Amino acid sequence: MSADPAPVDGNASRPKLLLRAVRKSFDATTVLDGIDLEVAEGDVITLIGASGSGKSTLLRCVNLLEPIDDGEIFLDGADIAEPGLDPDPIRRRIGMVFQSFNLFPHMSVTDNVAIGPRKVLGTSKADARRAGREMLTRLGLADRADAYPDQLSGGQQQRVAIARSLAMNPEVMLLDEITSALDPELVGEVLDVVRALKRDGMTMLIATHEMAFAREISDRVCFLHQGRILEEGAPAQIFETPTEPRTQAFLQRVIDAGRM
Amino acid sequence: MADVTTTPAPPTPPSAASASKDAGSTSLTRRQAYERGRRRRSVVVATVSTVVVVGALVVLVPRAPRWDRVRQSFFDGDIFVDSFPRLLSAFWLDVQIFLWSTPLIFVLSLMVAIARNSRSPALFPVRAFAVVYTDVFRGIPVILTIFLIGFGVPGLFDSRAWSNPLIWGTVALVLSYSAYVSEVFRAGIESVHESQRAAARSLGMSANQTMAAVVLPQAMRRVVPPLMNSLVSLQKDVALISLIGPVEILRQAGIDKAKFANFTPYVAAAVIFLALTIPCTRLADWALARQRRRTGATTIA
Repeated sequence: MSADPAPVDGNASRPKLLLRAVRKSFDATTVLDGIDLEVAEGDVITLIGASGSGKSTLLRCVNLLEPIDDGEIFLDGADIAEPGLDPDPIRRRIGMVFQSFNLFPHMSVTDNVAIGPRKVLGTSKADARRAGREMLTRLGLADRADAYPDQLSGGQQQRVAIARSLAMNPEVMLLDEITSALDPELVGEVLDVVRALKRDGMTMLIATHEMAFAREISDRVCFLHQGRILEEGAPAQIFETPTEPRTQAFLQRVIDAGRM
Repeated sequence: MADVTTTPAPPTPPSAASASKDAGSTSLTRRQAYERGRRRRSVVVATVSTVVVVGALVVLVPRAPRWDRVRQSFFDGDIFVDSFPRLLSAFWLDVQIFLWSTPLIFVLSLMVAIARNSRSPALFPVRAFAVVYTDVFRGIPVILTIFLIGFGVPGLFDSRAWSNPLIWGTVALVLSYSAYVSEVFRAGIESVHESQRAAARSLGMSANQTMAAVVLPQAMRRVVPPLMNSLVSLQKDVALISLIGPVEILRQAGIDKAKFANFTPYVAAAVIFLALTIPCTRLADWALARQRRRTGATTIA
């Protein structure tokens, strides 16, 4: 482990996101037990693993929603986990989408999308709302712009949540099991949005239970187990020829459950 | 919520089990007929029981051995008519005290609630002060607070200009009620799920922006009913200020009682209070119901 993050795969540029020896525990439970991860600009990395393996916590730590106990998280080479740093300017560069949407129920869909730019970037209300409507149109939600979150289907709500995040023009997107709360027939419309993001070159870190999707969209897949990345590699390698017995066991369980 | 994301519960309505003996095979129309029968029966039961209770009161109370004397000293029509206008104009003072106390209580209690909810270590003294404040003022009867502040604070000053019981009575009311209402606000703030804060913070919003734009608007809606309760009870407790001097409705009723040697002015005062508090309570219920309809999943613009 040299101090200089040496390029491994011929990618000469500095990684967009770099995690080194990240540790996090809640009371006596160790949730992240030394995570090392490198995400290049435009990379899509998926995190797979059982519930409780640390996927969500990892994403929350990268977004500084949880303080880490030890280690470093570099965004464009700067340690964003440095204690005492103001997290707000960093968070606005990193978008996050949650499993349960977390839309603001007291605002219309357009206002949900406009609130970030208005409050954080100081955009005028009219401009933010106009941009919000454009964003909603891009995600196929133009006709729901004046609705309230309660009036939308789960898939629509999650697309609004993605739009809300994108409105801040983030450099990295963190997607935390964004289809897990959706009925099966609504998963596709959300995944289509993620595919479009990849085409646009968005750097993404995705925690997911959708194995087929992980396989399709990822540049690299990481298998998490008890707070560690046990195996990391190209999707074909992880899903076809996993070397770690625990990866094999996990994937076997997924196949047995008819989910792959 | 006829939303697609809700739990995939079996399509049996919860009332079906209790609705019928043969719940398994009931057709929809039979169930509707049954429900209608139940509704009719409950209307009948309600009507009969109301008639019985009211009838019992009307018949039995006048039969009490000393009803005539009570009627004379509490329900004297002439005295009622004579004192009513005086009481009404004295009541205007109650209304004024209420009107200027309410915004003060609103602001102070919100500040206390937000202070108690603050998480920054630097704000520990503020937080501690807010805790002590609510503990102390919720722990003292309102009337005692009014006595202590109404009689105590003016003693600090030489000038008589500082001894206005209206001002100190209002201060005491505001301090007492803010302690209660701040707990209402705090409960509302805490009822907003943590994930709402996470979503706002993940956009880069500061803690203060999150509180102002995301948490408080949701908290406010949820605390409307308990807040209206507090306001209705404040309307009545304003009368306690009479005990340190101001001639508002309760004191005026006392004066009239002494003048006529009759309790009817108290009944008149009670009628005046009810004329204000009952519509306020109904208004609160109506506002709540309307808000629930608006944010529900049924109406689509």
